[in-house]
Amino acid sequence: MARNSTQAVAPPAAELERWLTGYERMLLLRGFEEAMQTQFMRGEVHGTVHLYIGQEAVSSGVSLALRPEDWVAATYRGHGAALARGVDPAGLAAELMGRVTGTCGGRAGSMNVIDLAHGLIGCFGIIGGSAAAATGAGLSAKRTGAVAVAFFGDGSTNHGYFHECLNFAKVHDLPVLFVCENNLYGEFTPMAQVTAGADITARASAYDIPSERVDGNDLRAVHAAAAAAVERIRTDGGPAFIEAMTYRQVGHSKSDPGAYRPEGELERWLERDPLKIAREQLAADGVSSEQIEAIDARVAAQMEEAIEQALAAPYPDPVAQPATEYAA
Amino acid sequence: MSTLDFRTAIRDALAEELERDERVIFYGEDVAVAGGVFKATPGLFERFGADRVFDTPISELALAGSAFGAAVTGLRPVIEIMFGDFLMLPMDALVNQAAKYWYISNEQASVPLVVRSAVGGGGRFGAIHSQDPTSWFLGVPGIKIVAPSTPGDAKALLKASIRDNNPVLFLEHKRLYSTKGETLEQELLPLGKANVVREGTDVTIVAVMKGVHDALAAADLLAGDGISAEVIDLRTLRPLDLDTVVRSIEKTNRLLAIEEGPVLGGWASNLVGLASAEALEHLDDAFALTGGDTPIPYSPTLEDPFFASAERIAETVRTRIGVAAGAS
Repeated sequence: MARNSTQAVAPPAAELERWLTGYERMLLLRGFEEAMQTQFMRGEVHGTVHLYIGQEAVSSGVSLALRPEDWVAATYRGHGAALARGVDPAGLAAELMGRVTGTCGGRAGSMNVIDLAHGLIGCFGIIGGSAAAATGAGLSAKRTGAVAVAFFGDGSTNHGYFHECLNFAKVHDLPVLFVCENNLYGEFTPMAQVTAGADITARASAYDIPSERVDGNDLRAVHAAAAAAVERIRTDGGPAFIEAMTYRQVGHSKSDPGAYRPEGELERWLERDPLKIAREQLAADGVSSEQIEAIDARVAAQMEEAIEQALAAPYPDPVAQPATEYAA
Repeated sequence: MSTLDFRTAIRDALAEELERDERVIFYGEDVAVAGGVFKATPGLFERFGADRVFDTPISELALAGSAFGAAVTGLRPVIEIMFGDFLMLPMDALVNQAAKYWYISNEQASVPLVVRSAVGGGGRFGAIHSQDPTSWFLGVPGIKIVAPSTPGDAKALLKASIRDNNPVLFLEHKRLYSTKGETLEQELLPLGKANVVREGTDVTIVAVMKGVHDALAAADLLAGDGISAEVIDLRTLRPLDLDTVVRSIEKTNRLLAIEEGPVLGGWASNLVGLASAEALEHLDDAFALTGGDTPIPYSPTLEDPFFASAERIAETVRTRIGVAAGAS
């Protein structure tokens, strides 16, 4: 749809509704990660956390293109994918805090969240695992007409899982959408330094998988690519691939201050912050600043309540909640 | 009672479960059109079609990873990892993902997955096609390890493994594929239950797979000396049926466990330790007779003495365990 950049032209109501939902979702993801950062500093979140700040448009945009019966597998930086899929923020916060009301009862923690009721097969603590889990979900999805989505980072594309699963999904014609969130760094190391060819989309194309590179900080661009890919998968079968170019605005994990970034790089990416872009787009659609502020206030209140709920929840009791090694 | 051979037992178990449950699928390298490199699975592809029985790329990470993903999203996959030695490749999918899922998901879903694999020495396959992978998986909570010794057991245990709701490693000893045996009356055998295959009073010999036949042959030799050996086939190595072993040593007061793998970190020495902890007052002696501490050799003159023969088992009972005729 052509849009006049100097004059606000409201998109169709359904479309505007989608962008408002997407914006609210991204805001929730950002607010959640900021809250977890705070709770980590206070000692309420244990171990380590890998924050999704800066990458919100990717999982939000993709999730807007999915149906409830679709499957998602994500990474240890997976809070965003979980929330974008509809996982309850209070439950997720409680999980990170190790509380019994957590999404996995406090057994999983930040890196391994699973919520099958929301189609989240899991978040995988070792890179590439999400690609394999989604490939397997593709075997199930092929029977039901669903689609399985794998989120993974640029670092995974140098892993055996990535190459084996792209090939496997292609030769077995599986309905899998592979989404590479290229945030330019594998942990502390620049992607281009350790990725031969430095062209991840070309790697997927080499497997004869329809592939597209998109602006991963633009919710609408991500959604358009995902919607087209999912439509192609549902109609023609077989996998599709999206490389979303984005940027992790924080360190790899809580121990990483990000000192390896070249001067000015972070500032340039902050100019392209996905929430900022989404707000500008909404304003161009004629959404008033009051409307946007109302969404901001609603999400802030929701997050405050979620954190309060999580903090009030008890820790799991190994005696009261005994574990079983095996499923019956 | 009719007889069947080991290969047919495997194929029949798969065919019956594929027939019984739509959710069961079977895949691996050369298992479909070619019927498996050990010729254990011919005819299944023709009977059940390419949607349910198919050949895959030589990609163990994708094979096991996808089986995990398929299992947690509603299918009941059986895969073949051609040689047990190749299980080193998909350890992440099996150990980090499949085995832990039931627990860390807070029991949201089980992982009904079977990994069939040909294992064991004596076939002149050399160091990297002859290993028994048991010890690599023995200490992994959440996984089951099944190791049948006869065709009848193999069929009933494989059917039970496919119906089990947990990840099961199903080991098929290469030297047993051509053996014949009686069919069992019961359709299924419970996982985690050992079988006393020969009753005796002087010493308890515990083994799995091919080792059971060696132990029975040793018991025959010992009987000639007036020594009465009880032989226990564990059938399942995890969970371990310690009770049956302890009940036996309460009677015999002596334990010999036989394993192809090395002594340190193996199941046999582990069993000796557990039995000692449980029933030290009943034990006069306990010993693990195992493979050597080098890689498994190739040449017949090197490989043959590497594993415990019936003669060496009998000799160990006479000398190391110190059982004299009529000792009890």
